[in-house]
Amino acid sequence: MIRFLSIRLLRAVVTVLAVMTFAFVVLRMSGDPAQVLLGPDVPQNVIDDFRAAWGLDRPLAQQYLSYLGQIVSGDFGISMRDRSPAFELVMERLPATLQLTVPALLLQLCIGIPAGIYAALHRDSLIDRGVILLAVAGFTIPSFVLGLVLVLIFAVTFSMLPSGGFGSVWHGILPTITISIGGIGILARFSRSAMIEVMGQPYIRTASAKGVSWRHVISRHALPNAAVPIVTIVGFMVGSLVAGAVVTETIFSWPGIGRLLIVSVSNRDLAVVQCILLMIAAVMVVSNLIVDLLYGWLDPRLRTQPAH
Amino acid sequence: MTKLVEIRDLRVAFDGVPVLHGIDLDVAPGEALGLVGESGCGKSVTWLAALGLLPEKARVSGSVVLEHRTLSNAPRSELEQVRGGRIAMIFQDPSSALNPVIRIGRQICEALRLHRGLSGKPAQAEALRLMDMVGIPDPRRRFNLYPHEFSGGQCQRLMIAMALAGEPDLLIADEPTTALDATIQAQILDLLATLRRETGMATVFISHDLGAVAQVCERVCVMYAGRIVEAGPVAQLFEAPRHPYTRGLFDAIPRMDGPRTRLIPIDGTVPDPRALPAGCAFAPRCARAQVFCRTERPELLPQTDGRLLACAYPVPTAPAVPQRERVSQ
Ligand SMILES: Nc1ncnc2c1ncn2[C@@H]1O[C@H](COP(=O)(O)OP(=O)(O)O)[C@@H](O)[C@H]1O
Ligand SMILES: [Mg+2]
Repeated sequence: MIRFLSIRLLRAVVTVLAVMTFAFVVLRMSGDPAQVLLGPDVPQNVIDDFRAAWGLDRPLAQQYLSYLGQIVSGDFGISMRDRSPAFELVMERLPATLQLTVPALLLQLCIGIPAGIYAALHRDSLIDRGVILLAVAGFTIPSFVLGLVLVLIFAVTFSMLPSGGFGSVWHGILPTITISIGGIGILARFSRSAMIEVMGQPYIRTASAKGVSWRHVISRHALPNAAVPIVTIVGFMVGSLVAGAVVTETIFSWPGIGRLLIVSVSNRDLAVVQCILLMIAAVMVVSNLIVDLLYGWLDPRLRTQPAH
Repeated sequence: MTKLVEIRDLRVAFDGVPVLHGIDLDVAPGEALGLVGESGCGKSVTWLAALGLLPEKARVSGSVVLEHRTLSNAPRSELEQVRGGRIAMIFQDPSSALNPVIRIGRQICEALRLHRGLSGKPAQAEALRLMDMVGIPDPRRRFNLYPHEFSGGQCQRLMIAMALAGEPDLLIADEPTTALDATIQAQILDLLATLRRETGMATVFISHDLGAVAQVCERVCVMYAGRIVEAGPVAQLFEAPRHPYTRGLFDAIPRMDGPRTRLIPIDGTVPDPRALPAGCAFAPRCARAQVFCRTERPELLPQTDGRLLACAYPVPTAPAVPQRERVSQ
C-alpha cells in the first residue's frame, strides 16, 4: 500500500510539473503580452521597458527557472493587468466556481448513480430504455449548445430565470444544470453497465442461493463491488467539471475562475493563467489520488498480496 | 421410500427455446444422488430452476415439492428460507463464487444469521467450527481474510462451510471439483462424502465425470439434452450401462488402476437446444441408432431390473466383449 501510494504521489507531482511547463512554454510562444496589454501603437522603448520590468527579455530557460523558484516558495506572481497578486485574483473568483461545481457534482452523483443502478436492475424495461436514451442525449449535447437552449427556453421565452449574471440562487440554476447534464449521462451509463456486470457474477448467485433477500443481495453484495468502477469515473468527472466550468461561466457571465481564465488568456496575463492551470492540474491530481485511496479501501484485492 | 424433494415435469425455456423437457426427479432424505451428462445437458438449470435462481427471462413450469411444501411459485420470502436453510448449493468456480470484497468470516456469519439467528460471538465461534470442519487450517487467523487470499480448493471448502452453516437437508454440489486439479478434486470429494456421513444431509452431486459421481453417489441420473435418459443405482449402471450414452460416458472415464486403456470419447457434440433432432436427441451420435430412433423419441420407462431407461435399442445386458481397446505398452 505504501509503495502503491508513493508511486501514485510521484506520478501526481510529475503530472503537475508537466502541466506547469507546458503552460509556461505555450503561453510565451503564442503571443507577446506587451503587445496585447499596451496596444498596437506604443513606441518600441515603452515595450522594451515593459518587457524588462516583467523579465520577459531574459532567455526562456532563465525565466522558467525563476518561475519554478517562485512557485516553490509559494509566490504565484503578479497579474500584469491588475498589478495585484495572481493568487489573490484567483481566490476571489473561487467561491463563485465552487457555487457552480459543487452542486453540479452532487447532482451528478445523486441522479446519475441511482438512475444507472435502477436501470440495470430493470434491464430492458421501458425505464431502462428511457434512462439510456436520456443518458446518451445528456453526454452528446455540447454544453454550450445546452446552455444556449436553456437560456432560450427559460430566460428568453418564459422569463422564468435570469439568462446570466450572479447573485441569487435563481442565477445559479441554469448554469448548474448546464454543467452537470453531461456528467449525469456518463455516470448513469457507467453505473448501469457496472451494475449489470456485477449482477452477472457468480458470487451474486451464491448470495441468492444462500438465502440472502433480494434487497440485501443488491445493497450488501452487488453495490460494494459496483462501487469500484463507479468511483473511477467520478474521479474523471471532477476533471470534466472544471472544463465545463470554463464554457458555462462564459455563457452565463458567471464571475468564476473559468471566465477569469478566458479573459486572462486573451490578455496574455501570464501569471494568472499559469496560476489557474496549476490549480486545475492540482485539483485533477488530488481527485485521482482520492480515487486511488478509495480503490484500496473498496477492493481488498488491491490492498493485500495473495497469501498462497 | 419417503421423499425429501420431488420434482415433477420440470420444464425450462430461455427466450422461447426449451432446454429442459420435463424432468422427474426424487431425492430421498440422506441420499447421495448423482446427476451426470456432458456440459449443456441441463444439470445446473434443473436445480437453479428448482430454487428459483434462474434469471427472470427463464420460463419455468412443473412442480418442485420439498416435504409437502411447494417451491414452484412460492413467494420470495419462503424461497429465501429454503435457499441455504433447507437446500444449499455450491458451484463450479469457487474462486469467483465468493464475494471478493467481503471478509470470509462475514460471508459465513451471514448464512448463520439468516438461518440460525446467530450473531456476534456465537456466530463467530460457529463459523470457526465450520471452517475447521471443512479443513481450513488455522481458521482463527484466516477468519478475516478475503477470498482472493485463499486457493481454489480452499475457496471450495469455504463454500461448503457456508453451505453447512444453514444446516441444510440437501446440498446441491454443482460440479464442485471441475475447476480444481486432480489431487484437490479427490480431497473435496472425500470431504463431501465425510460430511454427508457425519451430518446425514442428502447430496446431489452434479458432474460431467461419471467416475467422480460413482465415488460419492448411490444412485445416478444420466441427463442428455434436457432429459433424463437413464437412472439407477451406481453399481447397476456401472456393471451394465444400458443407454448407449451412459455407456459412452463410462468409456470416457480415465482409469487410474488396471491396464492402461485408451479413452473413447463420444463422437460429436451435445445438440444445440434450438435445433434438437426429431427423434431421440442422442440418435445422431449413437452407433446403435436405427431408423426408429431418428423419428420417434423413446419414453423414460422402468425396466425389469428396476432402472429407468429411455432407449429403444439399449446396450445388451451382458456385453460379450469389453469395448475398451487395450493399448499395448
Ligand atoms: N441464463 C441462461 N440463458 C440462456 N440459456 C441458458 C442459460 N443458462 C443455461 N442456458 C442453456 O441451458 C442449457 C442447459 O444448461 P446447463 O444446465 O447450464 O447445462 P449443464 O448440464 O452443463 O449444467 C444449455 O443449452 C445452456 O446454453
Ligand atoms: Mg452446469
